[in-house]
Amino acid sequence: MNQEQKDAYWKENLKIIMFLMFFWALVSFGFSIVLVDTLDQYTFMGFKLGFWFAQQGSIFVFVILIISYIFLMRRLDKKFNLDV
Amino acid sequence: MSVLTWTYIIVGITFAIYIGIAIWSRAGSTKEFYVAEGQVSPLANGLATAADWMSAASFLGMAGAISFMGRDGGVFLMGWTGGYVLLALLLAPYLRKFGKFTVPDFVGDRYYSRAAREIAVVCAIFISFTYVAGQMRGVGVVFSRFLEVDINLGVLIGMGIVFFYATLGGMKGITYTQVAQYCVLIFAFLVPAIFISMMMADNPIPQIGFAKILPKLDGLSQELGFAQYTSGKKSIGDVFFITMALMVGTAGLPHVIIRFFTVPKVSDARKSAGWALFFIAILYTTAPAVAAFARYNLMKVVTNTEYSETPNWFKKWETAGLIAWKDKNGDGRIQYHQGAPFEGAPTFNDESRGNFGERNVANTVTSNNNELYVDKDIMVLANPEIAQLPNWIIALVAAGGLAAALSTAAGLLLVISSAVSHDLVKKSFKPDMTEQEELRWARAASGGAVIVAGYFGINPPDFVASVVAFAFGLAASSFFPIIFLGIFSKRMNKEGAIAGMVSGIVFTTAYIVYFKFVSPEMNNSAHWWFGISPEGIGSLGMILNFLVSIGVASVTPAPPQEVQDIVEDIRIPV
Repeated sequence: MNQEQKDAYWKENLKIIMFLMFFWALVSFGFSIVLVDTLDQYTFMGFKLGFWFAQQGSIFVFVILIISYIFLMRRLDKKFNLDV
Repeated sequence: MSVLTWTYIIVGITFAIYIGIAIWSRAGSTKEFYVAEGQVSPLANGLATAADWMSAASFLGMAGAISFMGRDGGVFLMGWTGGYVLLALLLAPYLRKFGKFTVPDFVGDRYYSRAAREIAVVCAIFISFTYVAGQMRGVGVVFSRFLEVDINLGVLIGMGIVFFYATLGGMKGITYTQVAQYCVLIFAFLVPAIFISMMMADNPIPQIGFAKILPKLDGLSQELGFAQYTSGKKSIGDVFFITMALMVGTAGLPHVIIRFFTVPKVSDARKSAGWALFFIAILYTTAPAVAAFARYNLMKVVTNTEYSETPNWFKKWETAGLIAWKDKNGDGRIQYHQGAPFEGAPTFNDESRGNFGERNVANTVTSNNNELYVDKDIMVLANPEIAQLPNWIIALVAAGGLAAALSTAAGLLLVISSAVSHDLVKKSFKPDMTEQEELRWARAASGGAVIVAGYFGINPPDFVASVVAFAFGLAASSFFPIIFLGIFSKRMNKEGAIAGMVSGIVFTTAYIVYFKFVSPEMNNSAHWWFGISPEGIGSLGMILNFLVSIGVASVTPAPPQEVQDIVEDIRIPV
């Protein structure tokens, strides 16, 4: 792997991280903390929506984010022939 | 069969399994002792990480705390799971590629500095001891309540078990015991939750079922003068900072980080972070349901009930001193409302009983109309009894609590032992010692750590409860920023890292010590900086660490070329 490829790999890695971290912040600090009272006006499966994100939804999203990371990185590793 | 017989049987079987695994997985080399030879599968490591992470506090304490906090309990749920996203995306894969044994190893090599390594050793040992004392206490509490032995004897038995498998097997023994302990603890947490959800919400899935109870719980809370369960009481800013401190602190805890050194490849580190959070999420999404059911049950059972009519569990916990009733209006019925019934934790005057046979509370009575004191820590343990579940389930919960406490204690002891034998003795004093000598040091350090932890379990310092926040604050303000910068910034140098760590630690420590120990009477939002409680101050310490290290690094020389090459290298997975 030459320097150019290394830099390209790292740049794409950073993009994936930032994309996923956006959702991490959105569901926790956004939906569950700052916007919680606004979202509580809606209901979801019988829960107030803000409450649901604070005690259930954000955790589900966290799991989905790590799974997405595993798949996105596997694809990136394949692209750069790093999947040994 | 009685609860006691069931408890002896179930706890006995689980302990036999743990000891069997320890004998099967003895460690023969330092690599086996520190990182289980780096041959743990991602699935097994995910299970072990989940057990390592979920402590007596997660298993016994968290649902109880949420029960009394309502929506604000989300800070624990999000804080202690959201940290795994940071760990998986920002730290674990790169640290695995780096491929050493301990966190101070990384800090020392990346920042080419013995001073940086030694600061990291002190932080790792301090954080781990803070945490392990609570685990040993948890073991003692479960033993005394369920096996009816003395609390100190309980701690000694727990010490014996941990000593056996941690000292003998090192990381290898710990890993496979933790896999077994996860299975025990998750089964023990889910079974009562499913039973209660079926009884109270006609739905076997607690995560869905507790929606049904919340409107009733809100109504009942308001009727009794409590705030609505689904509303928040803390300020948005404080919730924000506490959640951040817990997330970042989780990602910076050394006993969690070192678990990712045990898998064969970088891609396995990613996978095991995914498995770990999945297994943790099973308990963490069930806990808020347990919290709501327990809260509703408690209010329903005690409100306006005559003391003589209260169920058996009520009197058992009263005997244990964790429930207390002061009949303020003299009607013989329990009034449960907002506010403390008397000042502080209950002390009893046991020479005589009250008018209705209750224990006499000696505390100064408050002027509000609440008559009941309930310790929040009993909610998980008492819940199956409150819901009148069969005896074997109650015994199962005891075994689960022990599994949670022992698995976390073992992981922490390994951090302490590797910090002493590897980072302190080998790297700082005796660099030329042999493999076998280092292994002996590791075993001796691990044995010594068990004894110190046991001592703190038997003689808990008063500050144990308040220092848990400290462990997270310290991890957030010391390790997380410098590990993160060590990976994501090639320019970060030793001057920056040391200055950042020291300022983060000093600031966080000073703030917590001031509000918790020096002037506890000032510990309220009027005096906090920016309205941030000591629980959340680690976030500010982390930001300070980032600013100082980046500032100092920008005016001091760049790290040597070989260090920059290390950074290049850990960014590429193979």
